[in-house]
Amino acid sequence: MSLAGLASFAGVAGAAGGLAAAGTAAAPEAAPSPRERIRRLYFPNVALRTQDDQPVRFYDDLLKDKAVTINFFFARCEEICPLVTANLAKVQKLLGDRVGRDLFMYSISLKPEQDTPARLKAYAEMHGARPGWTFLTGAPADVELLRRSLGFTNPSAKVDKDLNQHIGNVRYGNEPLMLWAACPGQASAEWIVESVSWVIHPEAKPAMSQG
Amino acid sequence: MYYNALGERVSRRRYREMLAAAKNRRELIAAGLHNRRDLFKMGLLTGTGMLVAKHGLSSRAWAQPFQQGTPNLCAGAGLPASPPTRSFVVPLPIMPVAQTVASLSPAPTIAPNTGAGEVRAAPHQAPALGFPFPPPKLYRFTQQAIQVSQSPDLPLQTIWGFNDGFNATSPGPTYVAHYGTPQLTRNINALPPVTQNGGFGMPSVTTHLHNAHNPSESDGNPCDFYEIGHFCDQYYPNVLAGFNSDHQPNGDINESLSTLWYHDHRVDFTSQNTYKGLVGYYLLFNQFDTGDETTGFRLPSFPQFDVPLVFADKVYDPVSHQLAFDLFSLDGIMGDKFLVNGQIQPFFQVQPRRYRFRLLDTGPSRFFEFFLTDLNNLGATNPFWVIGNDGNLLPAPVQVQSVRIGVAERVDIIIDFSQFAGKTVYLENRLNQLNGMGPVNAGQCTDANGNPVPTMLPAGQGNLLLQFQVRGGGAPDGSADPRTQTFYQLPSTNATPRITRTFKFDRLNGQWSVNGQFMDCHTFRFQVQQNSVENWILTNATGDWTHPVHIHLEEHQILSRNRQPPPLAIERSRKDVTQLHPNERVLLFFRFRDWLGKYPIHCHNVVHEDHAMMGLWHVQAVGDNVLVP
Repeated sequence: MSLAGLASFAGVAGAAGGLAAAGTAAAPEAAPSPRERIRRLYFPNVALRTQDDQPVRFYDDLLKDKAVTINFFFARCEEICPLVTANLAKVQKLLGDRVGRDLFMYSISLKPEQDTPARLKAYAEMHGARPGWTFLTGAPADVELLRRSLGFTNPSAKVDKDLNQHIGNVRYGNEPLMLWAACPGQASAEWIVESVSWVIHPEAKPAMSQG
Repeated sequence: MYYNALGERVSRRRYREMLAAAKNRRELIAAGLHNRRDLFKMGLLTGTGMLVAKHGLSSRAWAQPFQQGTPNLCAGAGLPASPPTRSFVVPLPIMPVAQTVASLSPAPTIAPNTGAGEVRAAPHQAPALGFPFPPPKLYRFTQQAIQVSQSPDLPLQTIWGFNDGFNATSPGPTYVAHYGTPQLTRNINALPPVTQNGGFGMPSVTTHLHNAHNPSESDGNPCDFYEIGHFCDQYYPNVLAGFNSDHQPNGDINESLSTLWYHDHRVDFTSQNTYKGLVGYYLLFNQFDTGDETTGFRLPSFPQFDVPLVFADKVYDPVSHQLAFDLFSLDGIMGDKFLVNGQIQPFFQVQPRRYRFRLLDTGPSRFFEFFLTDLNNLGATNPFWVIGNDGNLLPAPVQVQSVRIGVAERVDIIIDFSQFAGKTVYLENRLNQLNGMGPVNAGQCTDANGNPVPTMLPAGQGNLLLQFQVRGGGAPDGSADPRTQTFYQLPSTNATPRITRTFKFDRLNGQWSVNGQFMDCHTFRFQVQQNSVENWILTNATGDWTHPVHIHLEEHQILSRNRQPPPLAIERSRKDVTQLHPNERVLLFFRFRDWLGKYPIHCHNVVHEDHAMMGLWHVQAVGDNVLVP
């Protein structure tokens, strides 16, 4: 590590007297906007393919300016994926034609080598997924980068490698409004719908009233 | 484009060097380029085991070769560290006392005034019991954006705070409340629209007064949130538990609460909103805990010698120098900047006499173990007194060398500075924690060089949180000697419970569950009978995770941990947040009294809470018999 790198810190210490007045250290010029910062940290613009074998870019085509749900699965998963996917199918049904218009649903494969577009299409049809819900695959390294960037990881490296223990949460958010949250994929479909609607129209309805 | 801490553009190579330097304090020391005092002044914390400061923000397992195959607790994070800041150059902020208003317009109504924009789940229960209504004390609290300085080395931060009409601060104004004097707060959501949230925060709120004995509609339930332009009138009776049941008419004096806090509790966004500043203190005084050291229990006088402290760890983006929140963490968030009352590492001038400090961990995820450290005498143990746990005064003060709290726990302590006259000492956190799962377990982790990572850092090598400059003297200390004090008695736990329920906390594919089920706002898991006793068994099946579990409405007592009485003397207390350690079984005793309505049970690591480690229950006239809700 070079002295040059440390010089900038010596600069801080040396200027201590000058900065003693209340908290007005200048912000760096042209720092990225909060929305851009989030994009850089969490949304690599990787190339993916849909169940219709269409090429898409994760940020540009799937996320930008949209309200979304994101979850990870794989077609041969027999643990929680059948439950979560069935749940999401119910969510799509409850939301009706808002999916594909106000909200976009994405399910990304954890086994991209196996889950080709054709296999994704078969899986989607088997679960009754309708337009507006896109199933995605891609180059394994890209999908893995996406998985880590979006936080679908386990702190233990060992558990993280075990696909049967993959994260079953559904992330939902509104990209332009920088609103992001997550709920269990196995929560009730009605609850997922309610949660998701908070980010589609964040200024919407007041709290539920019940005893 | 890359910038250094002074806002000057630097090359990408230099920026990477800065990041490396910030990340690896040990290299700086080893290189001999700065002595410890300089690093100290620069706010770069020193010492071994600084993997937390090194990695900052998130606990997610980014690809790091040395972590292959390591146990869960050892995985550090990967995002860059906050810019350097100087420590102990700014005095400790003291939150102003909340001020009342003469009237509210429109006047408070028993039923929610939906026409005027009020959102409340139910009419106020209290009037039906003959409570005085309208209440004698009124507050008008507006939640709004404020610009604050959290360090002289960072630009102004736009965060969210509370405005009582006189001061707008974060932490918010401190309520000074008295038993027997009810009050009502109109909580108004005047937060900016979400497009101005700066990257995190949901402007939809519900303010919980933790852990008052409050009626449900005023409790700030996570599901009772309201949007911008709306408000909620919350009625705080300031009444002792039992007032309308087993200890009529005034309640059980041994259920007195002293130190409470208020914070946003909006379902799924609690972590973002509390991190953004929506927290504050609420102090409850009575004829014993008087705030005057010449009367009652003779605890140090408020406000001069009774000081509430809010602890939080946060991260600032290395490029923008703005407060940053890891939106995509499921596990927990570890900050590398330590704030007390909203300021990074401040100093506080004290007289050489006894002080009462109220310590509160607002998280988001960290556990703190507080020590009193003299950097010129690192070998000394410097004991102090714990007088209260979760805001409940103990039967008698307990002398300790350190005290550990998790998120939402409070501890009231007495420090006698007379032994340190003329010196400078520190409140130091020595507990090592690398990620949101919990503190490091002894012997489980090794760092990049293969050295074991300790659970406790050596004296002086932890996080120096608050500097005490002990100056002056001569003025008499009117407070009582803790060795001679006794407070309340613990309410008896001999009563046979109406029911014993079991709650298994688990993690299934990253989804937090309670008895295998998931949170939602419309499902009540069980029904407690009003004015009854219950025992609750909490079990932790989540592996290496520690969870501070919180239950609203009533304080509980810990009957056992793994079938033994709790080992720590300070846990022989009433509490409202109990740490549930890995693989532990905890048995809790509850009396549920007086109020009806819905309340939650949840983990208070706010990141877990937001990924739904929570469940709703309610109190009704008749309870159910669901053993495993």
